[in-house]
Amino acid sequence: MSHLISLQADVAKITEDAWQFVALPPSQQEVRKQAGKVVLFKLTGEQTVTPEQIAGTLIPANGKVMVPLTVFIARKTELQARIDQQEAGVWLDTHESLADLSQAQADLNALPIIAVHVERFADGRIFSLGTLLRSRYGFKNELRAVGDVLRDQLFFLKRSGFTSFAIRTDRSATEAIASLNDFSQPYQGAVDEARPAFRRYNR
Amino acid sequence: MYKYDEIDQSLVDERVAQYRDQTKRYLAGELSDEEFRPLRLQNGLYIQRHAPMLRIAVPYGMLSSKQLHKLADIASQYDKAYGHFSTRQNMQLNWPLLEDVPDILAELAKVEMHAIQTSGNCIRNITTDQFAGVAPDEVVDPRAMAEVMRQWSTFHPEFALLPRKFKIAVSGTKQDRAIVQAHDIGMEFYLDAQQQLAIKVWVGGGLGRTPILGTVIREHLEWQHALTYCEAIVRVYNLHGRRDNAYKARIKILVKALGIDEFKRQVEDEWAHLKDAPNTITEAELARVAQHFEPMPYEVLAQHDASYDAAIASNPAFAAWAKRSLHAHKIPGYRAVTLSLKTHGQAPGDASSEQMHAVADLAAQYSFGELRVSHEQNLILADVKLSDAFALWEKARAQGLASPNVGLLTDIICCPGGDFCSLANAKSIPIAQAIQMQFDNLDYLHDIGELELNISGCMNACGHHHIGHIGILGIDKDGSEWYQVTLGGSQGNQASLGTVIGPSFSAEEMPHVVEKLISVYLSERNGEERFIDTVRRLGIAPFKAHVYADKNAAKAEVLA
Repeated sequence: MSHLISLQADVAKITEDAWQFVALPPSQQEVRKQAGKVVLFKLTGEQTVTPEQIAGTLIPANGKVMVPLTVFIARKTELQARIDQQEAGVWLDTHESLADLSQAQADLNALPIIAVHVERFADGRIFSLGTLLRSRYGFKNELRAVGDVLRDQLFFLKRSGFTSFAIRTDRSATEAIASLNDFSQPYQGAVDEARPAFRRYNR
Repeated sequence: MYKYDEIDQSLVDERVAQYRDQTKRYLAGELSDEEFRPLRLQNGLYIQRHAPMLRIAVPYGMLSSKQLHKLADIASQYDKAYGHFSTRQNMQLNWPLLEDVPDILAELAKVEMHAIQTSGNCIRNITTDQFAGVAPDEVVDPRAMAEVMRQWSTFHPEFALLPRKFKIAVSGTKQDRAIVQAHDIGMEFYLDAQQQLAIKVWVGGGLGRTPILGTVIREHLEWQHALTYCEAIVRVYNLHGRRDNAYKARIKILVKALGIDEFKRQVEDEWAHLKDAPNTITEAELARVAQHFEPMPYEVLAQHDASYDAAIASNPAFAAWAKRSLHAHKIPGYRAVTLSLKTHGQAPGDASSEQMHAVADLAAQYSFGELRVSHEQNLILADVKLSDAFALWEKARAQGLASPNVGLLTDIICCPGGDFCSLANAKSIPIAQAIQMQFDNLDYLHDIGELELNISGCMNACGHHHIGHIGILGIDKDGSEWYQVTLGGSQGNQASLGTVIGPSFSAEEMPHVVEKLISVYLSERNGEERFIDTVRRLGIAPFKAHVYADKNAAKAEVLA
């Protein structure tokens, strides 16, 4: 059973995933600790990917691929033909920079998909990244949340411009769908509905 | 006060359903502790020392009689028949069952209340001056804007999971009573040279482990842009605030790290894109909300009331109470009245169900059916006729709500501390009670005069100890409870953070330490000088010398 929820014309459906998620090979990085505690979140802008990892990333020769931002930037020439055929997309981590993406790819709408990978569900940077991709960078194609994606964040992800959600595989996507509609009349404007309640209704 | 329409009501009703389902999934083992944690916290539910604690939102401190009756009933049915009013103007229940919380929320929704975003890493309850709308020094009633901002911040999708909690205070008075400088964002409303409503925006203040007063990020912001400007600030914080270390995750650390100039540059860059977006507040929306805060239907009264004057002259106990508890009002013949939740020997800020019912009735009878919670943890009836003051006092006194100590040493601000809170390093309520008993002599208390004594059981500073004239902080040393004392903190326009006077004390020593600080003040004060002014004039040295004199003498003996 697929764990992917897609919004199509505002209707949520469980769909088969057409995209292959290309992961980076594991790094040799040590576990960072602060005051005896493992550091759970990476700092925004922190460089975490090594040239060896970028070079060592295996990109499947066929089919649609979503590649890590660092690989996309460093190996763009190699990917160009597939980008032109709408068979390559990109994913970035919540600590990575949209400016880097936009510098490497001026026309984001040439990409059929962008995904934001959230390592831990409590990392709310994903909401700002989605919002910026839609409102600042004008991205119009599929925007997907991947990683630690759980039902109780879906409503916020949808409002932040995400249109597909790869629910963590140990959870039911079928049950999660309900939470996309936890609230029917949100107060503030956001990506999915730019008008706040006071502009939508004569209150 | 603000009344819900269908949109407001559907939102809290849907919240109850959502949280009921989340609780069900948690109890069924479908949500882990870690996954449930931010969900329950954003609904005000902490797991505490003895039982969960539920924090109920009281937006900008406003309550109706009906709502307070409901809180009293909930406390009776689901808790031990009392509640605790907090320094964020909210109410906390200390003993609810986790399983009962969805039902409690459903009860709250019936009276247009909720527990949304009263905890967790999100935008918290927006606080303001407890005398909003009635204070003579008020330039702008901040409540309509506070309500507009409450709605904007409720389930704001982009800011649902911030690096850390985020607190906003608004104020519209000449003399700040909302401690805007001690908030992540402080908004000071004023009328500009064109007599238009404008906002001075402060950012990066906060107490807690690293107390810092805020910095002005914008001197003049037109009111229409309040929401989009906050979005710019919170977006920069959401993206760049530190998530790697909880102790460095507040916006104040980011502002200090970048410097206010660079932080402001980033915010203004963001705002250039957000300015005039649909979240820009319309005249119609502000007017719609403001009509809920129209002045009450006041009677035309004289400045003085003969029966009141006679009661003051003939009844010293009433006079002592009135002196402390009645506050000036915009309208002749009216006063705002503080009902003290600081009866000596009781936990500061606690009210029994019986007291809550009584206050709700008093508000209905004497103050248009509304009341406010102050950040000093008292209850305020904002619109009482002078001619009703004596009758009100008699009824309040019968309920133990008329201690004549408002604004005095025993009007202690105090967090729940180690008796309840699992974050606390030390107990705070017993310290407050011991100090109240030490200063139980009313004449002495009035002679000491205005003094703010604040106690926190840990460095999270829920008891605002940094801005107490005398601040007491519970600390843990090798598993035992000790108390550090600061002097010279204050709220208001001249807000300042207190200075630590020296090594910490045991619980038993604390009443005596406060007594010594007071004795220095009494011997050194000039005329009517307040405690805080004496501290500012002399510095902490003479206080320190006197407090530690015995200890130093004892040490000298040992050395000799």
